[in-house]
Amino acid sequence: MITISDIIAQIDSTSAREVIETALAKARESSDYHALLNLTAERALERADAVDAGKITGKLAGVPFVIKDNFLAFGAPTTAASKMLENFVAPLQATSVEKLEAEGAICIGKSNLDAFAHGGSTENSAFGPTSNAYDKTRVSGGSSGGSAVVTALDIVPFALGSDTGGSIRQPASFNGVVGVKPTYGTISRYGVVAMASSTDVIGAFTNNVSDAELVISIMAGRDVRDMTTLPNFFEPLAETKPGLKIGLISDFMAEGVDSDVRARVNEYVAKLRENGHIVEDVSLPMAEYALAIYYILVPAELSSNLARYDGIRYGFRAEGVKTLAELYGRTRDQGFVTENKRRIMIGSYVLSSGFFDAYYLQAQKARTLLINQFNKLFKKYDMLIGPVAPTTAFKIGKNSSDPIKMYLGDIMTVPTSLAGLPAISVPAGHDESGLPVGVQLMGPMRSDAKLLALARSMESKL
Amino acid sequence: MITDEILAKYDMTIGIECHVQLATKTKLFSGADNDARDKSPNSVVSPIDFALPGMLPVLNRGAVDLAIKAGKALNSSIAHVSRFDRKHYFYPDLPKGYQTTQMYQPIIGVGVVHVPMEDGSIVDVRIHHAHLEEDAGKLIHNGNYSLVDLNRAGTPLIEIVSEPDIHSSAAAKAYASELYRLMTYAGVTNGDLYHGNMRFDVNVSVALKGADKLGLRAEVKNLNSFRSVERAAEYEFRRQIEIVEGGNQVIQETRGWDEAKQKTSSQRSKEDAQDYRYMPDADIPPIVLTDSEIAEIQATVPRLPGQWRFILRQLGLEYLPIETLLDAENEFRGQINILKMIEDVVSDTKKAKFIANWTVNNFITLLRGEPTFKIGSIDYLALEVAIYELTDANKLSSTNAKILFRELAVMETLPDVEKYATDKGYIQVSDEGSIAVIVDEVLADPLSAKAVEDLKNGNDKVIGFLVGQVMKKSGGKANPALVQKLIRERI
Repeated sequence: MITISDIIAQIDSTSAREVIETALAKARESSDYHALLNLTAERALERADAVDAGKITGKLAGVPFVIKDNFLAFGAPTTAASKMLENFVAPLQATSVEKLEAEGAICIGKSNLDAFAHGGSTENSAFGPTSNAYDKTRVSGGSSGGSAVVTALDIVPFALGSDTGGSIRQPASFNGVVGVKPTYGTISRYGVVAMASSTDVIGAFTNNVSDAELVISIMAGRDVRDMTTLPNFFEPLAETKPGLKIGLISDFMAEGVDSDVRARVNEYVAKLRENGHIVEDVSLPMAEYALAIYYILVPAELSSNLARYDGIRYGFRAEGVKTLAELYGRTRDQGFVTENKRRIMIGSYVLSSGFFDAYYLQAQKARTLLINQFNKLFKKYDMLIGPVAPTTAFKIGKNSSDPIKMYLGDIMTVPTSLAGLPAISVPAGHDESGLPVGVQLMGPMRSDAKLLALARSMESKL
Repeated sequence: MITDEILAKYDMTIGIECHVQLATKTKLFSGADNDARDKSPNSVVSPIDFALPGMLPVLNRGAVDLAIKAGKALNSSIAHVSRFDRKHYFYPDLPKGYQTTQMYQPIIGVGVVHVPMEDGSIVDVRIHHAHLEEDAGKLIHNGNYSLVDLNRAGTPLIEIVSEPDIHSSAAAKAYASELYRLMTYAGVTNGDLYHGNMRFDVNVSVALKGADKLGLRAEVKNLNSFRSVERAAEYEFRRQIEIVEGGNQVIQETRGWDEAKQKTSSQRSKEDAQDYRYMPDADIPPIVLTDSEIAEIQATVPRLPGQWRFILRQLGLEYLPIETLLDAENEFRGQINILKMIEDVVSDTKKAKFIANWTVNNFITLLRGEPTFKIGSIDYLALEVAIYELTDANKLSSTNAKILFRELAVMETLPDVEKYATDKGYIQVSDEGSIAVIVDEVLADPLSAKAVEDLKNGNDKVIGFLVGQVMKKSGGKANPALVQKLIRERI
């Protein structure tokens, strides 16, 4: 498992160019996973030479990384894995990318995702699915599947993802890597193709917790270009003291959740107790409604955020149209994948006059109840624990014809997304087929550093 | 044929929505230049205005401040918490596919505008609310293709929504022009009507007098002059009465105004109305304002038209000169502060009244009437005050005062006014002895004999002729009041 400090040691003993060439070579060798949509080789090598010449310095000087292809970045098109943006070349970079580059990090490629991040398996990519790092016949998870896989395959020590309802945590769990979804507003969303404005969060995949702490601390902070960012609060903690009170969400440990998944979570809980922490069963009854809330509010928001893809100014435009209505209709029909269109339809429906109160407003009220329930738990508990997903990685094609089944896979990740809470997925072993299982740690707003410090303290004890 | 008798059977009810472009440096949500005048198409468009993927709005605090000022001008409350919402529709001039506006919690609440009418009455028009929103771009249609210009996309607007409190086309016009004055005086907008800084949507309905229900309304959109507001309202009044008199029903619809034909025509009916799918905008945190923040910003609003009217009425001015001054203030804004001249002397009522009247009758006439006249760098208030003092001391006739003003108004530096007037021979003689000599000469002149005779016989009008003769002989220098007195003493 390659880490940032391994890479920095390699750069010291060889060169940034050699490290970047190695990463690019690995990426090419692993092309059958279809984790990367485009390499940014030319720009990466230029930057590597600049590092070697001492022109680029910083905490991550020469360290290769991969960016989910819904982040605007230089060196390759920003496609969002869609036909709509297949040839879209970004004139600017996301704030998160800029901050990493300012520390010398080098992007080597853009990773695959479900088109516009709509999905939980990367099967909704307009350019084909990404395979799981452990079993090529299985899904990588999603929507940030490509970024999870390149990290798991040791192509790069870290990769960027976005998480709207579990899109970092679930693929991290499926591929046995660390995945961090910080508190809403920790990292600027500027320059990341928007899905749902109120739950979109930028985060990262790494092979160990301290790398995640480093990467998040570089990206975190207030951005004048994103009014929803928080002033920087993220400061990694040196250690975790025993005696943390942790609630195990019993609603996520019931029938219907793979027994192997439950077993790994229970083992992790046992280790926590061995290390002096207190773990008690807690209930989050509103979790039952979280999916319903999520699949009203998120489609509503994304139907709005995707309205700009109209074929007028940039991106795909349908040929042979005669009227403006036809231009819009055909462009959006051909430029979006089925799942995009399904969600736009749902979102438009719940926002329609006459339905807004019954769906959107009602869902917002229910969301407040869910947040209240979390707040109540956090009066008593420092953090919460549970599985990331009910299953390990499933076979490619298994759920793709049944959207409801696919949505059910998000049941454990969407509650924290709706509440804006930090949540991380950390490797917790494997199921009987050798597929990775993740455990999820969740905390109150701005408790990110605490969650990561605990996860780090447990790493060596598993 | 709609006769006056038929018209008199009906009441007209009008509500007006007014879009005001705010005079901010940058756009509502981006750093792009907000002044698109004389700029080439799509040259003041940021990635945010262009709606590139991943772009987020950054609220321009300057626009919020102007909205707070507008609230004061509208006698409205300002919301402590207001929010932005998205209004969705597809059109090439709307890059994001939605307009960012305030549907549910607008920044400006209930208010009222007191609209002065020419007959001295006041029409109170209540304000329902006013909200912040962004403007759209522009389409230029060219035969079988259209061009998109996004320079205006993202320009901050406030939309002021009135209650249906207007009942005549004259009041509609007066309301529109009063809004214009309020928004320009408060510094909210540049008020360039030609460039669409203010645009009016006029909702008109008719009903038989005494009816307890309003008729269905037609909305005439996008009027950009006060006159077109009046004409469109009047046209709609007659058109709708004609429909009702013909036994038919007015349909609720949006209409356009054809300036050339002076007619409204149907654009779309209610059945075609779009579902805008309004939704809160999660990218923009709520605007939260405290009372002290609001008060601090509103304290910077200069004197508004209502306050000026009060002051000018106190000075004894009437409707027309008052409105002339208020409009001239706007007309020559940036060149000269007309009302400031009066304000500077307002503690001396007599002087202030003179300055106000003089400004209306001489200065504004000069500014408006002579295209070659350019405002110079001289202190016009000092000039007017000097003229006031000379006149008040009976040293200057009103005729010579006007001549003197014209001559000095175009100078680059203001000389000593009294010295200049003396040198030019404009100062009138009030020395009784020397005037009496001329009076005696005139009365003795055979040409005056008939007039003297008539005056003696009680025809008082002829004294004007005799005074005129004396003035002529004195070269205009004699004080006419004194001349008259001396003539009467002698007859």
